[in-house]
Formats: sequence, C-alpha cells, structure tokens
Amino acid sequence: MTVTEERPTTEVGTPRRRKEDQRLVTGRTRWTDNLQLPGMLHLAMVRSPVARAKITSVDVAEARSAPGVLAVITGSDVADIQGSLPNAWPVAEDQKAPPHPAIAVDQVSFAGEIVACVVARSAAEARDASELVDVEYDELPVVLDLAQAAADTELVHPDLGTNVSARWVFDSAEACSGGNVEDAIQEARDGGILIERTYRQQRLIPAFMEPRSVVVDPTGEQTTMWSATQIPHILRLMLALTCDIPESKLRVIAPDVGGGFGGKLQVTPEEVVTLLAARQVGRPCKYTESRSESLMVAHHGRDQIQKLTLAAKQDGTVTGLKVELLADMGAYLGLVTSGVPILGAFMFNAIYKFPAYHFACTNVFTNHAWTDAYRGAGRPEATYAIERLMDELAQEVGADPLEIREKNWIKHEEFPFTTVATLEYDSGNYEAATAKARELFGYDELRKEQAERRERNDPVQLGIGVSTYTEMCGLAPSRVLGALSYAAGGWEHASIRMLASGKVEVVTGSSAHGQGHETAWSQIVADRLGVPFEDVEVLHGDTLVAPKGMDTYGSRSLVIGGIAALRAADKVIEKAKVVAAHMLEASPDDLEFSAGKFTVKGTDKGTGIGDVAFAAFHAHDLPDGFEPSLDAEATMDPDNFSFPHGTHLCAVEVDTETGRTTIRKYVCVDDVGKVINPLIVEGQLHGGVAQGIAQALFEEAVYDESGTLVSGSLTDYLVPSAVDVPSMVTDRTETPSLTNELGVKGVGEAGTIASTPAVVNGIVDALRPYGVSDVPMPCTPHRVWTVLQAAGASGGGAA
Amino acid sequence: MTQINVTVDGISYSDEVEPRTLLVHYLREWLGKTGTVVGCDTSNCGACTVHLDGRSVKSCTMLAVQADGHQVTTIEGLAENGQLHPMQQAFHETHALQCGFCTPGMIMQAIDLLKDNPDPSDDEVRLGLEGNLCRCTGYQNIVKAVQTAAKAGGAT
Repeated sequence: MTVTEERPTTEVGTPRRRKEDQRLVTGRTRWTDNLQLPGMLHLAMVRSPVARAKITSVDVAEARSAPGVLAVITGSDVADIQGSLPNAWPVAEDQKAPPHPAIAVDQVSFAGEIVACVVARSAAEARDASELVDVEYDELPVVLDLAQAAADTELVHPDLGTNVSARWVFDSAEACSGGNVEDAIQEARDGGILIERTYRQQRLIPAFMEPRSVVVDPTGEQTTMWSATQIPHILRLMLALTCDIPESKLRVIAPDVGGGFGGKLQVTPEEVVTLLAARQVGRPCKYTESRSESLMVAHHGRDQIQKLTLAAKQDGTVTGLKVELLADMGAYLGLVTSGVPILGAFMFNAIYKFPAYHFACTNVFTNHAWTDAYRGAGRPEATYAIERLMDELAQEVGADPLEIREKNWIKHEEFPFTTVATLEYDSGNYEAATAKARELFGYDELRKEQAERRERNDPVQLGIGVSTYTEMCGLAPSRVLGALSYAAGGWEHASIRMLASGKVEVVTGSSAHGQGHETAWSQIVADRLGVPFEDVEVLHGDTLVAPKGMDTYGSRSLVIGGIAALRAADKVIEKAKVVAAHMLEASPDDLEFSAGKFTVKGTDKGTGIGDVAFAAFHAHDLPDGFEPSLDAEATMDPDNFSFPHGTHLCAVEVDTETGRTTIRKYVCVDDVGKVINPLIVEGQLHGGVAQGIAQALFEEAVYDESGTLVSGSLTDYLVPSAVDVPSMVTDRTETPSLTNELGVKGVGEAGTIASTPAVVNGIVDALRPYGVSDVPMPCTPHRVWTVLQAAGASGGGAA
Repeated sequence: MTQINVTVDGISYSDEVEPRTLLVHYLREWLGKTGTVVGCDTSNCGACTVHLDGRSVKSCTMLAVQADGHQVTTIEGLAENGQLHPMQQAFHETHALQCGFCTPGMIMQAIDLLKDNPDPSDDEVRLGLEGNLCRCTGYQNIVKAVQTAAKAGGAT
C-alpha cells in the first residue's frame, strides 16, 4: 500500500470536458492528409477491377511519360523488397497463408488489390496518370460463397491446396472445464429442448470517417512515417520486419486520427507502398485514399456463418452449447484476421453457466477483401448468437426472456467464476444491471402494450429485445496471448516526467484516435500526484516521443495503459518522497503524501511535489546517490482480462405491411466498473450502440457474382445518419473490476457488442405471432417484409 | 486556368486555378485551410461543409470557380477574438465529438440549421443534420449540442 491511496480523489469520476476538443472544434487539426512537406510527391494506386486473375502484362510506358510523373512502380519492380504483409496471429501450427504482397506481382485475388503505383508531383497528376497504366488480366473463376469455399471445389490460392487456412477447436471435456457437449445434446434430444439455428454475421465495413492517409519522409537518418493508424508501435515493428529495414531507422507518428474501430489496426499495403516509393525517389511521398478505395480495400469485419446447437432441460436450464463457425478470411490474412473468430470462442457462453461447450472454427479464404478486427472483433458475433439463442429458448419454454437468462446466468455471489471456456470472471452483478434497466425501460408496461397490439392485430407490432452481455476487455495478459499463438504481448507502457516548473508530462504507449486519453489520463495522474488537471500534458502517438507501446484496440487503453500511468505516478511519488524527506530533514517513513504535498506526520512541516521536482531538477542538494530529475516509467501486463457487462433493452415497432422497423425506446445499463470520466463513457456507449444498431438494421458489404463490391460508396453502404438512430437512455451500475487498482473495465466495444442482438431480438419478438423465428441481418424493410410473406405463405399468421 | 477572387475567413484571395479544382481542394491545398476535411467522394458525409455567403454548402460538391466573388467561412473562421462560437462551445460542453473528423462539417451545418429554425425539436435537428455523418458519437450528444447552442443564440 502506498500512502497515495489514502488521498481523496477529486478528478476521477468527474465529467471533465475534453482537453482534445479545443483543437478539434476550431479546425487546428493534424490529420495526416494535412501534411505538406518540402518536395513532397503524391501517390495514386492502380487497383485491380477484377476479383481473381492472372496479370498477363502491365504497361506503364504511357503513365510514366505523363505530366508530372516521377515513377510508376509495379509488383515486379518491388517483388524482391516488398516482403509479405504480416499476419501476427497464426492460430494453428499448420495454418496456411499465401504470400501477401503490397503490390500484386503476377496474380490478383480480390477486387481493389494494388497492381501499380504512380508517383507524381500532385495528387491530380498521379491520379490522371494512374488511368494510363494498362494492365491485362486473364480472369479466373472466383470463390465467394463460404460453404463452397470450404468444400474446396475451386481454390483461391491453388498453391495452398485448400481454401481452409486453419481449424481451431475448443472442447470443454478436453479442457476439463466442463462436460461433453454431445452427451448434453443427446439428453436434450431424449426429452429436453434442442435448439438448432444457423445465423449469418454479414460482412461489415468499419467506415471510420477519416479515410486512411500515409506520408513518408525518407530524408534524414530515420525514415519518418505519419499514418492514420491505431498502432504506431506495432506498425513500426512490422514495417521493419516486412521491408527488412532496421527498426531503429523508422519512426512512426499517428497524428490526429479520425476514428478506427479496428479498421486502422492494420499494416496496410498502402503504408508499405508509400514507404517503398519514398525510399525509391528519395523524397517525401503522400498517399490518401478516396472513400471508394477505403470501402473497397480497408479491411472488412465480421462475415461468419454460425451453426449453433443449444441443449437445455425442459425448464430452460442450459446443458450445453455447440458452435461451428465458418469464418471468411477474404483473400489474404491481415494482421489479426485469423484470430478474430478465436476471440469469440471465449464469449459464446457469455454470462451463463453452461456445463458443456464445444467450439470449432474453420477459417476460409475467398476472393473478397480480407477481414480483420472491427469493433468487438469476434465478441459481437458470439454475443449475437447466444443472445438470439436465449430468446429462442425462452420461446420454447414459454418463459420471459429475462427469466430464462436469470435462470442460467452467474449469480452475483458466485464470483469469481471460472467459465466453461476457462476464463475467470472476477466480478459482475447481472441482477443489479438488469433490475435497473428493467425499471428505466418500463418493461412490464411495454409487455402489456405488446399484448394489446397482438390482441387487436395491430399492423404495427411491438417487439421487446433483450441483450444481457459480457465481454472480455483489456487485451490482454501476455501469457494468454502467447498461449493463443499471438506474436506479441499485451502489456502497455507509460512514463511520467515532473518538469522543473512542476508541470507534468505523461507519455503513454496507448494511441488515441477519439477516445479521450488526454483527458482521462490527465484525470488519473492529476489525482495521484495532486497537481491541477491543467498541469498534466499527455503525449502519445509518436514512436520518438513514446518509444514503447502496444497501442489502442480491444478496449485495452484504460485498463492497461491507464493503469501503467497510475503506476508510473506512484513511482514518481516514491522517488519524490526521498527528496522531500531530505528537504524536510525527516525520515521517508515519517512522511505522508496527500493532495500533492509531503508532510511530516504529526507536524505542519511539509513541501509540495512541485518544489520537490524543482529541487530534483537543480540538484543542488539531493540525498546521496539520488539521480537528478524526477521521472519514472511503468509497464503494466495484466493478470487477467476485465469483464464489463450490462443489460440492453430495445423496444421496436415493426410495420408488418411495409417491413419497416422503428426503434421506439432503447435503454442500456452498463457496468464498466469504476468510471474515470462519465461523459466519455456515455459517449462511447452512444457511439457503440449506434454501430451495433447499424449492423442490425442497415449495413452490409455486398458483392456481386463477379466479386465486385456493390456497396462501394456511402450512398450504397448505409452508415446511419442522425435520423436513423434513436435517442437512448444510458445508465450504469458499478461493480469494480478486481484485476486492477482503479477497478476499471473498459468501454470501447460494449455498446456495439450488446446492441445488435437487442435490436434483432426485438424485431423477432414483434413478429412471433406471425410464425417468424428469425430475420437475417441487416433487417431492412425488404428483408422483414420478405420473411413475413414467407411466414404467411407457410401458414403463420397473427394470433 | 481560371482567375478567381474569393474571400475566405475574412481574407481575400486572388488565384488562378484549374477549372476542375473542387472548392474543398482549393481551401485545403491552396489556402492551407486544413480544418475543412474530405471524408468521401459522393457528397454523403458532409465533413467538408463550409458556409458560402452565410449558408452551408458541401465544399466537395462545388468547384472553386463557383466560389468566385463569394464569401467563404470555414471552421477556422468561426471563433472571434479567441472566443469560441456558441456552437463550438456547445460541442465541447456536451461532448458532441470524439475523433473530431466530422466535427467541422457538423458544426457548420448545425449553425445553418439554426438559421432556418432557431428553436428546433430534436427530430428537426436530426433531420437538419441528415447530410452529415458521424461514426463516433451516435449523434445523441450532437443533438444535445445543437439544442444547447440554440439556447445560447447559436444561429449567429
């Protein structure tokens, strides 16, 4: 115990307005695309219009002689130096993966793949010239359907001999964490309840608002890359390995980054190409993608088929769950493509006590753009499946969906609880969150109204959707990542410098792109050191400024990076105490630290930490052996994940004549543990819920039969606008995480994970009287209407 | 090349531009007005919204030559004497931005919305912002910001 823990908090828990905002609301921003460097050149990519083909020729002569063009780079020009884009998560020892060139050399495997790059004086000249590159393709049959791909009738990469990249299995009987699921299924077949369903997680596009952009300056001893990335540190290492450049010769900066949602958790072909181009021409180069390019080639998310079998007793007690996944990798493996479905493996059992569980995932190549992390990454898919199934079980039993959940969930007094998927949930209180949500929602009143509407055959039916979720956050304990074959650790680093003037610099390896780290970290450190919020400066996103880090994804920043900052602050205090004791002519053991001041116990003798910092700076009179300056660093590697949870309730009105769904009420009560800044937490939930609603109702990446992305613009890919999403009621319960000093759990992905099943459960609930038990996502009016027509034709009808 | 005379954020500029130059590219690349950003290529996202003679336009939907003889105000020209515009202040107060990329366009459009309707309902705010996409906030706090600004006289 350090004395600092006794001081009362003032900053943590308050809705501080964000420090970041002043720049952002006035346009004083540093987006990568804003950069103009002396002599800077511009890149345009020539992309394959076809999904699968042999490249028979690339004629660059006309483009090379076009006005302003300095170079045209083809795949064969860089075949020996471009390496293969990295996959950091080989999920199986025998995982198969094709070489992943930044510029295609002799074949393309998805529409949009780069086949050449034009380097020119201006972006317009580069783009003009890119249209003059003449590429001839010998088209090959495309593999698009997941099931067909898995059957290996046509191979995406014939050299691999199969379309199956890897198969990953977890079985609770083998892991000794539960029983044999086949036994549970047999018992259910013999007199229990067996629910078999297949759900499709449609392909989504992260669609961050800032298109990706990259600038490389090859002049100087270190080549500097600015990139709209979530992962400057990982990117630096991976670029070094991919392009065989010493890591020490690279500096990566993520300046202001306009959203990511996992979509900027990648080492991209465009980054590699811009790096190679800049080094070739010896001048700074910039590439900024168009929105059409972004939608086409920035990695996609989801795209899984889930075959599910839930076994239960007649009373609704679940006895086993079997999950068979087909996951679309797309044409290549990106940074963590192969691991995304595996993250879901630990979440299908969700908040419930399942005695037996079996999970098998088959990762398959197709001629689509590759998939990778998208907000939630594996966990939304799992949560959707189990929350839909719990509703189906409630329907079978004839019980209320909340009751059936409570019957199966882990009770508050049962924590810590080791799940059938082997995770240890440290804390949670599903009862409290559900009770609060139920009250805020007016659950019983809405059920009553639903009954009335059903009774009078109202063409607009009311449905109530329930989603009681948990998620694993704070990715991740390094030893767990190692056990899962991930190539890196999950720690985070922070350092704190007390400056001579008493101001504080906090350097974090976490790389914010909208999350508000500068504000939240300031609150944490201001409290700990007892300095004003305004005196804390948070620095991040530059490998020169913040040399160590694991970046931002997986709701990890606060839980790991925030705790690292806290621990660094504690180390600063311990060091300062030695100096303070010297200044006060007392023993360090006789000092107490509170509100930024060291005091000799039982006296009024004291000194502020700012004065100590100045003394450590001028170093005129320091204790023997004390090194001048007052700073410290800390690296946090968590022992466990954190497990936020919550209850989301969604009332939808479904017009059975048009199929249109309107969200009438959305209530969420989330337990993200202790809250540093309630304003930021609420904002994360609003945005997360909206993104999950978008999966339920609007968004889908659609390809035609030739493998061309049809939803290739924001006209066709329906990112919701303000009229499309509802106002929602957010509230919280607070069950502190026991795995870190602050009791925080992470909030970045919660809303997205919870909301999709809440909405779809609501729609299905509205349509139950018509014999409907599922509507595939996205539940567009046309889809809902079609399902209703089919149900009507097969004899369903309103009660 | 075509000669244009444009006043942007109170400064007059006289330039020769390619006729195909979009207003947003003129603002960003010629004038260094990088506060205004490009989010799409189909005029869906509204990130590039500025004011032309006091009314909102998507500057990716206009050629620079069409701005000849007009007054353009960008996000960078809103604050006066270091004082944030009420709409900027309201976005800050209500946490109506996260990554901030859509924010310039959203603020410019929100100001225009209040000019037409100084006392909008929440639904009217949502409708008025339909042409501006935000991926971070779920719009809830943006609506709150516009309402807050409306009460503070944010249309001016």
